[in-house]
Amino acid sequence: MSQAQERLSWLWIGLLALLGMALIPFSQWAFGINYDYTLRNVALGGALLGAVTGFIGCFAVLRRESLVGDTVSHAALPGVAIAFLLAGRQMSLLLLGAAASSWLGIQLVQGLVRTTRLKREAAMAIVLAAWFAFGLALLSYIQNRADAGQAGLKSFIFGQAAAIIESDVQLIGLVGSALVALVVLFWKEFKLITFDIEFARADGHPVNALSVLLSTLIVIVIILGLQLAGVVLVVGLLIAPASAARQWTQRLEKMVILAAVFGALSGGSGAVISALDADIPTGPMIIVAAFTIVLISLVFAPQRGILWARRRVAPSQDA
Amino acid sequence: MNNISAYALEIDDLTVAYNSKPALWDVDLRVPQGVMMAIVGPNGAGKSTLIKAALSLVPRTAGTVRFFGQPYDKARSMVGYVPQRSSVDWDFPTTALDVVMMGLYGRLGWFRRPSKATRQAALQALDQVGLADFAQRQIGQLSGGQQQRVFLARALVQDASLYFMDEPFAAVDAVTERAIVAVLHALRARGKTVIVVHHDLQTVSEYFDWVALLNVRLIASGSVANTFTQDNLRRTYGGRVALIDQHNENIVQLPNTASAQAVGFGD
Repeated sequence: MSQAQERLSWLWIGLLALLGMALIPFSQWAFGINYDYTLRNVALGGALLGAVTGFIGCFAVLRRESLVGDTVSHAALPGVAIAFLLAGRQMSLLLLGAAASSWLGIQLVQGLVRTTRLKREAAMAIVLAAWFAFGLALLSYIQNRADAGQAGLKSFIFGQAAAIIESDVQLIGLVGSALVALVVLFWKEFKLITFDIEFARADGHPVNALSVLLSTLIVIVIILGLQLAGVVLVVGLLIAPASAARQWTQRLEKMVILAAVFGALSGGSGAVISALDADIPTGPMIIVAAFTIVLISLVFAPQRGILWARRRVAPSQDA
Repeated sequence: MNNISAYALEIDDLTVAYNSKPALWDVDLRVPQGVMMAIVGPNGAGKSTLIKAALSLVPRTAGTVRFFGQPYDKARSMVGYVPQRSSVDWDFPTTALDVVMMGLYGRLGWFRRPSKATRQAALQALDQVGLADFAQRQIGQLSGGQQQRVFLARALVQDASLYFMDEPFAAVDAVTERAIVAVLHALRARGKTVIVVHHDLQTVSEYFDWVALLNVRLIASGSVANTFTQDNLRRTYGGRVALIDQHNENIVQLPNTASAQAVGFGD
């Protein structure tokens, strides 16, 4: 790719981001949506979360850890329920419980792989299902108790954007910026261990520490997205924008920016749509938006898209 | 600094076992500085494992490894590594130039971005392997041979004294094979030591001057002239040597011609 094309593609990404921001005044004008205090929080929270998950998700996709992400998120549910039983509805404690529960689940996966003949995917699927089932059982137990304040808990399954308040948005913004800053700081090391971990090890990089750090960032971003997108679908917000972005570019630098833009578009629009009616769960709306972008990317992207492949085959068939 | 030991690589009593089945058994190996050595042996003989165990990429069950008389931690900057091409995903979104620059990340240190000088060094290495025009190409759009040469260029920028290469000639085109051999000989001319996992017995005496015959145990090692004999090959490959005799008659004759060919390379 020449320098001119290179600059042009950055221009496209910038235009797309501007277009995404224009969605807010456009929806005000076209659908008469009123961005009150609540909806502003929802839109901002969704977009911020999508941008961060899209950015970090690129590494999950390239390291082939999509299923790990899914296990982490599902395994968080019993932690949320137990934290609620112990301490009531306090967001920071709920997320801490989620993280602890996910961590235990992943440890069990690794223990199973080490000590039994189970393959990694099988071990992950078993832990994912078992933890999620346990979480669901705990949730129905909690719901059967005569206790107010439990209402919000169910939103952890499919996500609930309408429940987002300003402090949640601040938390997403703060933690998200820290995560992105860490990735930027360790950019070349993360790129190296993602591409060729053996060479990195032989060249003397502290591969184990870097690998743990990168996985930790991925886990944190998943936990961060639980309340908004839900344990079932948050992994989609991690994987879909990155997969779509990969279709349009051959550079990791561009892929992460584009994935952040795609993630912000999906997260923001999905959250706003779901917040218009309390019956629409947020996770599914976000994923429908993200999947639309993936679909368009898989079909229309130059070079890697299905249409492009057709076009290249066609002339040789005529000849 | 290179004169701490006459040997580029000293391996003592090296044993590596996967699931209690030995992949390498009690290997003692001395590699003098400045040689180009082929590691040959049948499939499953532990050739790649020997390299990986030396570089601490797989855990050793027993044994010690020293580079220029020093443990690996002290000698890292003197050791370069070319992994098997199939060990990475070539669909990774990056360019040939970028991959070569990865060879300099260690020297750059934390938080530093690649500079103009880094780029320049990487471009020069790409030029050396004949890929100057492909610097900005995404690595998945390169042929297998070109990808192998990108890996070689990445090792070149490391500017090591001892190079390990894991099957650099596996499934590459003739142009690439010639380019790699030329680079290897240029390295030897500068006094570097090169250790290569090699499959093609026919080219051993043409490309290399030193050889290690391996089949879990080290059967023999030394100059190609003295070591690459029919007798040693039979001991290395066991019953399978009959196959080699049948398909490559010249292998059987190698011991007679090896000494002449080992020094007489050049085209």
